Amino acid sequence: MQRIGDAPRMRRILVISAVLLSALFLLLPLVAIFAQAFAQGVAVFWSNVSDHYTLRAIGLTLFITVLTIPVCLVFGVALAWLVTRFSFPGRRLLQTLIDIPFAVSPVVAGLVYLLLYGRNGWIGSWLDGYDIQLMFAWPGILMVTIFVTCPFVARELIPLMQAQGSRDEEAAVTLGASGWTLFRRVTLPNIRWALLYGVILTNARAVGEFGAVSVVSGAIRGQTNTLPLHLEQLYQDYNTVGAFASAALLALIALLTLAAKAGLEWRAARQEA
Amino acid sequence: MITLANITGSTPKRVLPGFGLSLGISLTFVSLMLLLPMTSLFGQLSGISLAEYWRIISDARVVASYTVTIGAAAVAALVNAAFGLLLAWVLVRYDFPGKRLLDALMDLPFALPTAVAGITLATLYSSNGWMGRLLDPLGIQVAYTWVGIALAMAFTSIPFVVRTVQPVLEDLPNEVDEAALTLGASDATAFRRVILPHLWPALVTGTGLAFVRSLGEFGAIIFIAGNAPYETEITALMIFVRLQEYDYVGASAIASVVLAVSLALLLAINIWQGRFIKRLHGGGG
Amino acid sequence: MSIRLTNIAKTFGRTQALEPIDLDIHDGELVGLLGPSGSGKTTLLRIIAGLEQADTKPAGRIQFGERDVTQVHVRDRRIGFVFQHYALFRHMSVFDNVAFGLTVMPRKQRPTSGEIRARVHRLLEMVQLEDFAKRYPAQLSGGQQQRVSLARALALRPDVLLLDEPFGALDAKVRQDLRRWLRHLHDELNFTSVFVTHDQEEALELSDRVVVMSNGRIEQIDTPEALYRAPANRFVFEFLGDVNRLEGDVRDGVLTCGDAQLAVSELDDGREELLLRPHELKLADAPSDTARLPVTVTAISPVGAEVRVELEADWLPAPWLATVRHADFERLAISRGQRLYAIPRRWHRFDDEATKRRQPTAA
Repeated sequence: MQRIGDAPRMRRILVISAVLLSALFLLLPLVAIFAQAFAQGVAVFWSNVSDHYTLRAIGLTLFITVLTIPVCLVFGVALAWLVTRFSFPGRRLLQTLIDIPFAVSPVVAGLVYLLLYGRNGWIGSWLDGYDIQLMFAWPGILMVTIFVTCPFVARELIPLMQAQGSRDEEAAVTLGASGWTLFRRVTLPNIRWALLYGVILTNARAVGEFGAVSVVSGAIRGQTNTLPLHLEQLYQDYNTVGAFASAALLALIALLTLAAKAGLEWRAARQEA
Repeated sequence: MITLANITGSTPKRVLPGFGLSLGISLTFVSLMLLLPMTSLFGQLSGISLAEYWRIISDARVVASYTVTIGAAAVAALVNAAFGLLLAWVLVRYDFPGKRLLDALMDLPFALPTAVAGITLATLYSSNGWMGRLLDPLGIQVAYTWVGIALAMAFTSIPFVVRTVQPVLEDLPNEVDEAALTLGASDATAFRRVILPHLWPALVTGTGLAFVRSLGEFGAIIFIAGNAPYETEITALMIFVRLQEYDYVGASAIASVVLAVSLALLLAINIWQGRFIKRLHGGGG
Repeated sequence: MSIRLTNIAKTFGRTQALEPIDLDIHDGELVGLLGPSGSGKTTLLRIIAGLEQADTKPAGRIQFGERDVTQVHVRDRRIGFVFQHYALFRHMSVFDNVAFGLTVMPRKQRPTSGEIRARVHRLLEMVQLEDFAKRYPAQLSGGQQQRVSLARALALRPDVLLLDEPFGALDAKVRQDLRRWLRHLHDELNFTSVFVTHDQEEALELSDRVVVMSNGRIEQIDTPEALYRAPANRFVFEFLGDVNRLEGDVRDGVLTCGDAQLAVSELDDGREELLLRPHELKLADAPSDTARLPVTVTAISPVGAEVRVELEADWLPAPWLATVRHADFERLAISRGQRLYAIPRRWHRFDDEATKRRQPTAA
């Protein structure tokens, strides 16, 4: 088989430059994170991680993530089901709308929530009358996290469900399946891996969101500090090793995400073959 | 009593169940979580006059931030176009040890929290960091200059180009290569005149998306940028600064510019892509 | 330009796609490579083109005329190649597609743009697409795209034109037209062409000579008439058309299979399998002196000048097919369920090596 750029010399030059550039540009930062985190040994790393405020930040981050995932899951599945199984006016518009969070700067996302639900906002001032405060508290963090992560599940499901078509479900309906049974027995087995991948992406983004969260959190140490905000504070306080200890935890989650993605892709490729 | 099925006029023709339910969930979510917050921006801005609005968004310090942001984002996008094309080509066309690892590495910038990327790049390229120590003697300053901003932008947006070009290159039938070669084209000519035009839509889309993402990026940049007014202050930071001054109107005005530019670019990319694809796949004639 | 292949073999991993092959193609000849999928015909064509590299052990040789092209890169072999799925450059107009080979020539050899324009228009005229120069491939039908692809391949005046299942993706009617048209073009321009097909009708209709291949081997090289008249072996015979089988025991010059009997005086006693073409069967109301083969009509389909009749019987493990002329069909008033007698005009029998064709003992 003859292909363009197959000459051994060309091939070697391109592969080597791609590998070198990637190592310098992508791998080196990754290595640096762990090198910095363990710069003063494992004991210091451990004491940084088990620091009271770090633990509180980890706790809040997990809490937010655990609440975000089911919301995104329900919305993602509902939207994907809607736009791939039915045709109705406004379908394409709806599909475009869910991409907004990808295009909007996280700072702008945080801002619009602050404007609406903050003490001076339309809804915020009304809630304030009942002594309910959403902004600069965990509900605000949760809301903006949902905003920035909501497209992931839907974006994974829509192309897959579109490609699969609704023949299986229609067949099931003619066999008398309905509602929840139909979804659980027919649809879910077909989409579970894409669903899992969507959840993994949602998780990675929810854990790591910074810009939007920093606008609405108020960053009160021990109360509204998520892990990314916590590491920012440590970094600004010149506690580099402490900041990188938190960064290493987040990088670990990123690595697990990449491994899970590679695993799922490998699985899909093996199924095709 | 009005039920959802009544409003949407769900007809007996729909074979599959769940139209009302999925429409209800989707519409509620989209309105409450996406559209309603957006409207607050216009609510905030409706209180000020056009002249006032113009004064805020054309303030010299803000304009300087546009220049820095757009300039750095453009450089980052162009660098990514070249780097992403190289990576996509190597990953699709060649087999070599460690290829799967390299492929997985491409997603790192999406998976890594932006703040982590930010402090890491800042540390690496500061004058006593691993890279900074190498570059400093050469007189190259990365951290706390706009080069650092472009670097952070390029880092966070590299997957856009790789992941849009890669599938298109994979789908390109081998016959296209072979046809060009049987007609006597050299590798360089065949790449330029045959392969590149096929990749063009994906390459432009990926680069465009990388550019849009860079315009709005915040977490990865603020640590390495130095944030000196008029010099290395990005627009997203300007919004943040106004907010900390409790100047909600100012923040909203600048945010509206960023939002409008991002959405307009996204729309332009979509339209352009639609046209290009139409020509390649027929339609009209 | 003649093509000479000597000792060409190809292995993909562990599978041998081509056993060492020798093949001579004369100047100006139109040769079809015919075989089922996996027979190695496309691999052979691609090796001639330089798109695949033949094995280096054993060292084979490819010559175009006197020129040894074994080590020559595909871009320097001066071949024209037509792909099954056209492989037109979708982002270029028809004109630019045809002109591509000329415009990528090194600057010194490249014709002026005026010459290129004139030459492309002559080619488009030749393939009857002069009005389509500004169109894009996606705006053309499959047959038109394949003609553009042919014009593009001919633009560089190649020594050799190679076509990989050129009509495989087209529907039957267009395929017919293009076949005839390619034959005319070939006769007019007199280049040497090799094409690959799995369609025996196409190979027989179009080729000066046919190379029949199976399992990476050449089974036979011959003119279409000779191939049909004198198949070299059982594979060739079976691949070139429909086959009816008759298996039975021979004793004293008579083959018996259930209640069927056929006189085969020249065969020795023992188990025998005979092969018969559908057009070599005659249908009659009564058995003849040499054949008593009672059958029942199970299906009738008129196809063109003939009627295809499907026959079954207790003694037949698989149905037979007979083609009869309309005149005979009407004379016998054939209908489904009717009981008739099949009378072979001739039959074929293949030993492991040798071929025998016999008339049934004269009536």
